[in-house]
Amino acid sequence: MTSPSSAGPASDAGKSAGGIDWFFFVAVVAIAAALARVIYYTPYEAVQGPAQKIFYLHLPAALDAFMAFGVVALSGIAYLWLGDLRLDRAAESSAEVGVVFTTVVLVTGPLWARPVWGTWWTWDARLTLTLFLWFIYVGYLVLRGAIDDRALRARYSAILGILGSLLIPFIHLSVYLFRTLHPRPIVIKPSAPSLPPEMLTTLVISFVAFTLFYLALVRQRYRLATERDLLELEEGR
Amino acid sequence: MAPSTLSAAFLIARKDLAIEFRTRTAFFSAAVFALLGIVIFYFAWDPTAVASIDLAPGVLWAIFTFSGLLGLQRSFGIEQADRAIDSLLGAPISRESIYLGKAMANLVFVAAVQVIAIPAVQLFYGVPLLENAAPLALIALLAAIGLVAVGTLFSAMAVNTKLAEMLLPVLSLPFFVPVVIPAAQATARLIAGRPGSEIVGWLKLLVAFDIVFVAACTLAFPFTIEE
Repeated sequence: MTSPSSAGPASDAGKSAGGIDWFFFVAVVAIAAALARVIYYTPYEAVQGPAQKIFYLHLPAALDAFMAFGVVALSGIAYLWLGDLRLDRAAESSAEVGVVFTTVVLVTGPLWARPVWGTWWTWDARLTLTLFLWFIYVGYLVLRGAIDDRALRARYSAILGILGSLLIPFIHLSVYLFRTLHPRPIVIKPSAPSLPPEMLTTLVISFVAFTLFYLALVRQRYRLATERDLLELEEGR
Repeated sequence: MAPSTLSAAFLIARKDLAIEFRTRTAFFSAAVFALLGIVIFYFAWDPTAVASIDLAPGVLWAIFTFSGLLGLQRSFGIEQADRAIDSLLGAPISRESIYLGKAMANLVFVAAVQVIAIPAVQLFYGVPLLENAAPLALIALLAAIGLVAVGTLFSAMAVNTKLAEMLLPVLSLPFFVPVVIPAAQATARLIAGRPGSEIVGWLKLLVAFDIVFVAACTLAFPFTIEE
């Protein structure tokens, strides 16, 4: 049996349980501040009205979800190479938080689409891609739950995490060729962003807040995984 | 002397197909399942509202993936009995050859189900599939390679989990999306008599999927084997 980590749980995951997690606290404050700016200090979009404001949650959550699954794939590659269980715990934590963020995307999207597109759901390319993203990583979590052996669980998860990231471009391409309705890129595109400056600032603030929140959640989840691995080791499983 | 990767793979494929040929359990159930599915799908739509020519490609490829799963489930399941997998792993052959051999046997299995399913769709839905046999065979082969490449790897993983065969569809089906969409779209254009230029793009997508996932799954397979 491999040891759960070379360092102890306290040293490699920050403070021990019990005290206030300042990182988490800062992240929650950042989210609250970003929401306040979205609600009170950002103008209404002329055509879509208040509904457009959900965009400041939707896009940052989507970007961080993609980042989360990128972390899963990279940790998977690194785990198969180095065999360090800390990498697997990072992948596990990132996948779980990624699924939560993808769920946020899938909930906020239809809420916006109903008033603006006139329908809760449509088989638009990016919607479909996000839905499959969610399926892939829910499957990833199901796989993790179905394996008791620690090293086997880490290896299989690494494989699925890597293959999942290879699959994303193919799903994107096939559903994109099928048909798409999504708004064209408005922020990251060759020409300058077509968002007014105050909206762009709000978006950037919101993205930073969401990324902090992602890191805070992964950090908490990683700490839990470390504790669990130690416990399993003590129980001799 | 240890056989080369490819000749060892052929031996394993022959072994699996011999078992299947002598028992014929999985093939008959997959073939009957495919026929049943084709018939049931017909009644799931109102034939006066949806023309069968619009329905047939989707039915063909949806059934193809589900009946394929039946064969894939058995691929590593048969090695569980008496821990046959251990002697396979003890043999002086590379891990990659085990994967390739299993995948080849699965490819033959899936193709054999297709040989029954395609004429059945033609018969029940009245669409010109056999008139386009050559291009359809190409689509079917490209789709089958992608399906089998991913499915064989996940079959090897699923047997070692607590959920066993329950897990295979959950893991595999998202990966079959970029196989089913191009295959169904290409087939639909084929039987509608659309020009070949409308089909080539979908075929390229299938070829790209096959290249990426045959390579990735062959590399990943050795990691799925318990030491």
